[in-house]
Amino acid sequence: MAALLEVEHLRIEFPTRRGTLVAVDDVSFSIDEGEVLGVVGESGAGKSLTGTAIIGLLEPPGRVAAGEIRLMGRRIDDLPYEEIRKIRGKQIGAVFQDPLTSLNPLYSVGRQLIETIQTHTDLSPTQARTRALELLQEVGIPAAERRVDHYPHQFSGGMRQRVVIALALCVNPKLVIADEPTTALDVSIQAQIIALLKRLCRDHGTAIMLITHDMGVIAETADRVAVMYAGRIAEIGPVRSVIKEAKHPYSHGLMGSIPKINDTKERLDQIEGSMPRLTEIPPGCAFNPRCPHVFERCRVERPELLDAGATRASCWLYAHG
Amino acid sequence: MKTWRNLKDLIRRFAGSDVFFSFKRSPTVVAAFLLTLIFLVAAVFAPWIVPHNTYDVASLNLMDARLPPAWIEGGRATYLLGTDEQGRDVFSTIILGSRVSLLVGFASVILALTLGVALGLIAGYVGGVTDTVIMRVADVKLSFPAILIVLLIDGVARGVMPRDLHDKAAVYVIVLAIGFSAWIQYARTVRGLTLVEKNKEYVQAARVIGLHPILIMFRHVLPNVTGPVLVIATLGLGIAVLTESTLSFLGVGVPPTEPSLGTLIRIGNNFLFSGEWWMAIFPGIFLVLLVLSVNLLGDWLRDALNPKLR
Amino acid sequence: MFAYIARRALQSVLVMASVAFVAFALFQYMGDPINQMVAQDASAAEREALRRVLGLDRPFYVQFLVFLKNIATGNFGFSFRVGSPVAQIIAERLPATLELVFVAAMFALFIGVPAGVYTGLHRHGAMSRFMLTISLIGVSLPTFLIGILLILIFAVLLGWLPSFGRGQTVQLGFWSTGFLTTSGLKALILPSITLGLFQTTLIMRLVRSEMLEVLRTDYIKFARARGLTNRAINFGHALKNTLVPVITIAGLQIGGLIAFAIITETVFQWPGMGFLFITAIQFVDVPVMSSYLVLVALFFVIINLIVDLLYFAVDPRLRVERSVSAH
Repeated sequence: MAALLEVEHLRIEFPTRRGTLVAVDDVSFSIDEGEVLGVVGESGAGKSLTGTAIIGLLEPPGRVAAGEIRLMGRRIDDLPYEEIRKIRGKQIGAVFQDPLTSLNPLYSVGRQLIETIQTHTDLSPTQARTRALELLQEVGIPAAERRVDHYPHQFSGGMRQRVVIALALCVNPKLVIADEPTTALDVSIQAQIIALLKRLCRDHGTAIMLITHDMGVIAETADRVAVMYAGRIAEIGPVRSVIKEAKHPYSHGLMGSIPKINDTKERLDQIEGSMPRLTEIPPGCAFNPRCPHVFERCRVERPELLDAGATRASCWLYAHG
Repeated sequence: MKTWRNLKDLIRRFAGSDVFFSFKRSPTVVAAFLLTLIFLVAAVFAPWIVPHNTYDVASLNLMDARLPPAWIEGGRATYLLGTDEQGRDVFSTIILGSRVSLLVGFASVILALTLGVALGLIAGYVGGVTDTVIMRVADVKLSFPAILIVLLIDGVARGVMPRDLHDKAAVYVIVLAIGFSAWIQYARTVRGLTLVEKNKEYVQAARVIGLHPILIMFRHVLPNVTGPVLVIATLGLGIAVLTESTLSFLGVGVPPTEPSLGTLIRIGNNFLFSGEWWMAIFPGIFLVLLVLSVNLLGDWLRDALNPKLR
Repeated sequence: MFAYIARRALQSVLVMASVAFVAFALFQYMGDPINQMVAQDASAAEREALRRVLGLDRPFYVQFLVFLKNIATGNFGFSFRVGSPVAQIIAERLPATLELVFVAAMFALFIGVPAGVYTGLHRHGAMSRFMLTISLIGVSLPTFLIGILLILIFAVLLGWLPSFGRGQTVQLGFWSTGFLTTSGLKALILPSITLGLFQTTLIMRLVRSEMLEVLRTDYIKFARARGLTNRAINFGHALKNTLVPVITIAGLQIGGLIAFAIITETVFQWPGMGFLFITAIQFVDVPVMSSYLVLVALFFVIINLIVDLLYFAVDPRLRVERSVSAH
């Protein structure tokens, strides 16, 4: 069975006058129908760019330099603008970080919903409005009949993110790319929004690519997780395995930074140093200067994703396994 | 020795900077820069480089009046761009005229800049009633076009001063009028930036260790506003030169004895219909070239200093 | 919303009051109008008599109150230079200026806004670069020079259009219009292009930079992610969001047109208020100067009011009652 989304050897470049920056390099993964894939990493690791590239919205001069992106077996990274536009919203929805700025302040939420619905379906204005009302109710907006004509500034942050989710799901896409959907929200609301997203996608059989730097959210939500570091995938595998016994030294360190309830440690573990800038990625494995297990090969040769028990890790420690 | 090394270091840093890179990349900007430079040099050394001293009335010969440019039949090689109705060499009057225009331009920009930056810093840093008063005045003034304010100031000066005194003081009046009409933009920009800088940690820290507010503003806030102010000043120079020439064209600017480019166009305009186009058109071309170069520089500077727009 | 309007109204009153005061101060302190009106050899007694007739011997505050009452009732006094009532002189010339400003404003809006949208959307296109270069030249060309060049080309060399005046006008009540005759319309072409060109380039550059700004926002990115068509995004979402700043500046600019008309009217000898004002300055004709000021201030206040109303139409954040966002 073909996966819903397949990304193979994706490479994203930014040409600058000081040379080409490789922001995402040789990234491969797939998402099955209805599956939740978490993508974690620090800012600048390339996770958002990967998501943006899938919906074809990389901002110039950024570009997909190599690799393929396929949706249900059909290649979509080289489609003409009009073709990929019809896929956006209809087959791949998106939710961005900041609900406060994701909605056009000058139009009512109803109008923005109706507009999206009518762009992708043949519904009449009245039918589209009914659908918009249903959606608002489904995402838990109280008094939807009245609220549908309100403007974004009349909603709180959490309510706005619900509207954004309604917009992303309004024509039942196969996949939703949720890029830090809760980062800008209050902690108390974050859990509600994640739960809502998860419930809706389960009900509609929608797959999610959940991009975040919050391992806690991933642990609760995702089926599988991809850990990204300096533009590459460090480790990918089932979420339980990665959390319990991460194979890549980086993801191992990352898991050590999650607080555990019955833990008596005074301080959380942390990885020494910081992720290199795109201009300063070292040869060999990008993680080698910070890695506790570094050896000669890591400084010279770059590791591919290798089988490492339950997960796959790009680390020379597993070269013989 | 040390300063020399610092200077070299500065030049090297500038040569490697983004600003210089975008400068080199655009031939238009380089051309504009060179043209501005030529205008400046010509203006500064005008009395020594003009072929004819047109300010010296005794040297004028009415027999030479209204001669066309040298390449047209009837023109003479000594009068490259022809002569005006008093027999003045058009090329010389243009160089001397652009000197007057640039003088007024620079002086009024310096006035507006000093006034605007000072008021903006004060408004932004002190805040409260001072801020409200300064910005209200700016609002009311902003709702009036600068040209009207300039005309008004000039009109008042005309009214309160005897005629011969006004003619002597005309240049100062115009500098004052233009400078006074242009300070708002500086004040607004500087105020906004000051408000941002004021709350940054390094300014707070400077305040905590007990530096005097004036010292803090000059040493810490001012360097951060130089970029935008430089852009406004460059574009402001173009506007000031245009305003001056407009006033002179309207006949309320500098006196015709020491004509600016605007005055020359005004005089030449009277002869346009009789076919003696060179008296108005050549000063016009020089005026446009001057303002265009300055504007190009200002435009480029704004884009280069604001990487967001690239 | 009510508080907002009240504040704006107060501001308008403040502007009008300060302009009225400046206008009055002109009256009070600018030279001695008597000198302008009597013959060089007039005796002191003759001067005194005229002073009394004009009420110039009364105390400062009485004169200011009389002045306020007068301008409120449309009585602007007599021109020092011509001797006829200022109100009448201005009424004769008002239509000429307003028609010119109207045509120039339409020209600026209908060329400037589409050109700005185009250059904002096709940022790196050859056509955009060309239009930007043209606009930079437009900003660098002084108004009077544009007028002179247009006259030289279309009036002197080609002889297609008149070089001065309004052409034939038709009297509609107190309003004399140039819109109804061919020669009147022809006479409008060159002056309104001259007057509007600077504002056109300004509006174009403004719309362009606002478009670029808006196209970078998150809600445009999200609109793209929703798969909306380019047309809906560019014109429905982006353009509407650029309107608020554009309305402000366009309002100011159209107000500016009234002032810039001074230059255009001088070049084309257009029988409007600006031409009148510049003559008044040259001859220190204070009543005409100050009445012109008060009138221009009034136009500005009206334009600002219209701009405020347009805000309400465009931006729902202003329209909505405060109570909703409070809870």
